[in-house]
Amino acid sequence: MASLITVQNVSKSYWRDKIEIPVLNNITINVEQGEFLALMGPSGSGKTTLLNLIAGIDKPSNGNIIIDGTNISTLGESALAKWRANNVGFIFQFYNLIPVLTAFENVELPLLLTKLSKSQRKKQVETALTLVGLGDRMHHSPKQLSGGQEQRVAIARAIVTDPVLIVADEPTGDLDRHSAEEILTLMERLNQEFQKTIIMVTHDPHAAERAKLIKHLEKGDLVEA
Amino acid sequence: MKILKLIFKNAMRHKLRSSLTIIGIMIAVIAFGVLRTVVTVWDSSVDAASANRLITRQAVSFIFPLPYAYKEKIKNVEGVKNVSFANWFGGIYKDKSNFFARLAVDPETIFDVMQEFLITDEELANFKKERNSCVIGADIAKQYNIKVGDQMVLDGDIFPGRWEFVVRGIYQPKNKNTDDTQMLFHWSYVDERMKVESPVRAGNVGWYIVLIDDANKAAEISDQIDVLFKNSSAETKTETEKAFTQGFVSASGAIISAMNFMSFVIIGIIMLVLANTMIMAARERTREYAVLKTLGFSAYHLVGLILGESMVIAIIGGGIGVALTYPIVAGFEQAIPKGFFPFFFIEPITTILAMSAAILIGILASIFPIQRALKTKIVEGFRFVG
Repeated sequence: MASLITVQNVSKSYWRDKIEIPVLNNITINVEQGEFLALMGPSGSGKTTLLNLIAGIDKPSNGNIIIDGTNISTLGESALAKWRANNVGFIFQFYNLIPVLTAFENVELPLLLTKLSKSQRKKQVETALTLVGLGDRMHHSPKQLSGGQEQRVAIARAIVTDPVLIVADEPTGDLDRHSAEEILTLMERLNQEFQKTIIMVTHDPHAAERAKLIKHLEKGDLVEA
Repeated sequence: MKILKLIFKNAMRHKLRSSLTIIGIMIAVIAFGVLRTVVTVWDSSVDAASANRLITRQAVSFIFPLPYAYKEKIKNVEGVKNVSFANWFGGIYKDKSNFFARLAVDPETIFDVMQEFLITDEELANFKKERNSCVIGADIAKQYNIKVGDQMVLDGDIFPGRWEFVVRGIYQPKNKNTDDTQMLFHWSYVDERMKVESPVRAGNVGWYIVLIDDANKAAEISDQIDVLFKNSSAETKTETEKAFTQGFVSASGAIISAMNFMSFVIIGIIMLVLANTMIMAARERTREYAVLKTLGFSAYHLVGLILGESMVIAIIGGGIGVALTYPIVAGFEQAIPKGFFPFFFIEPITTILAMSAAILIGILASIFPIQRALKTKIVEGFRFVG
């Protein structure tokens, strides 16, 4: 299968008070289209940093990240923002829904950046929310939803633009076991039924078991499990 | 769902905080409006002065009188079109709080030189005919419900005794800033009584009102008039009506300057209050801005969201403030002694300034939060703990 994501010799360092702190060391990894990859590792291993680089919300200090033919490490802020809007769906640990908006409005947010008409947007939002099992909770605000339901809204927001890549940072980290299972099942379904490429960061081996491929990071290096 | 809806929802997210800020802006705009109205009304009395009218008064002080005999001499000065005169009468109408100008004037000429006082020919003729008649401004007639034919009795203080007048005319103001709070009656009616009761005070007028042909020659004509009475027992000082009025206004200049200054200080203070609200709001939403950036929202969108939220609060506060300024100024006008300000109205420029100030506050208050939101990187935003 063709490689959707190519990470070539990527390094990332942060500067704190004139001290360079290396986070990722010369990482090279390929992710195929339709893959469900779990990135595991202890805290500070660099797994979230690697996810952020692949998702285009941070830039590598060195190396290239090529996604679906686009070298995103060379894109400017504005171009990168557009690229993210068109290509990546995000699922966060703490859902990160806008509290003053309803489930429908939260899911509609990424579509406001497209040229879709109001009726087209409505149709897509309803489809996404129905897919995650919240067709009957569209007009509920986040505070009226449980943690698991909030995360499902976040998943609907991530898939509503039909992105080529979904990134999830500890998507079950804030959920109880039952809700976590539901979310993982949903992600599995997105991968298997809809062939979505998913990269998930988790420290939970049980969650990682749902992925097709697991990679481990330790102190900024990819290591064999 | 539109961005505008998100802006409104954000603005009202913390209802108490937003409401208090809106109330703060509203109060500041009202205070600004009232203070500016007082300042502009004060200044507009100067603006209302005619350019081709001169005032001749006693050189030592306005409170000293001038001989009536000066009238003809002034009239003969080249460039002088007409001369009238007035004398401050004072007195009390019913109650001390009923303050308005009561002037003993020359009925034959006063309406020729004060052409912004509009009176019908019939009323003017009746006024001229009857020695104890008077003409009052429309505002006085309205305030005290006086009609033509009614009697007005003044209790004299500068000119002691009971003074009875019959209203024979009500003049209308020609312009919005024309003083229609004056009571005008025959100087000769007062003077005749002075001749009997206090002869030393008879034959004097307060000041001359000189109508000239050409406003550009005001300085030259003023000099010519003053030269006429040089080294006399009552030397004169002639100046334009504007300068004369300015003299009164400048006596209160420090207070007016302070009010002017305060009106802008209030705006400055409330700007800091809104800026504080916006900084708090933006700080609380650091993570949300990171989410929006992640989803592909650009700097342009974030500027719109933050500026929009600030503007919504500022415009609601400013709008309510401006709307309430009108009834409050009307109430203020009722509360101050009648006639203290001959006219009291909100200039359109005051409304424009108040609303512009509110909009400016909205813009300035959003600058720092915008700068912060744009500078914060997405990953830093996600790590932020508010």
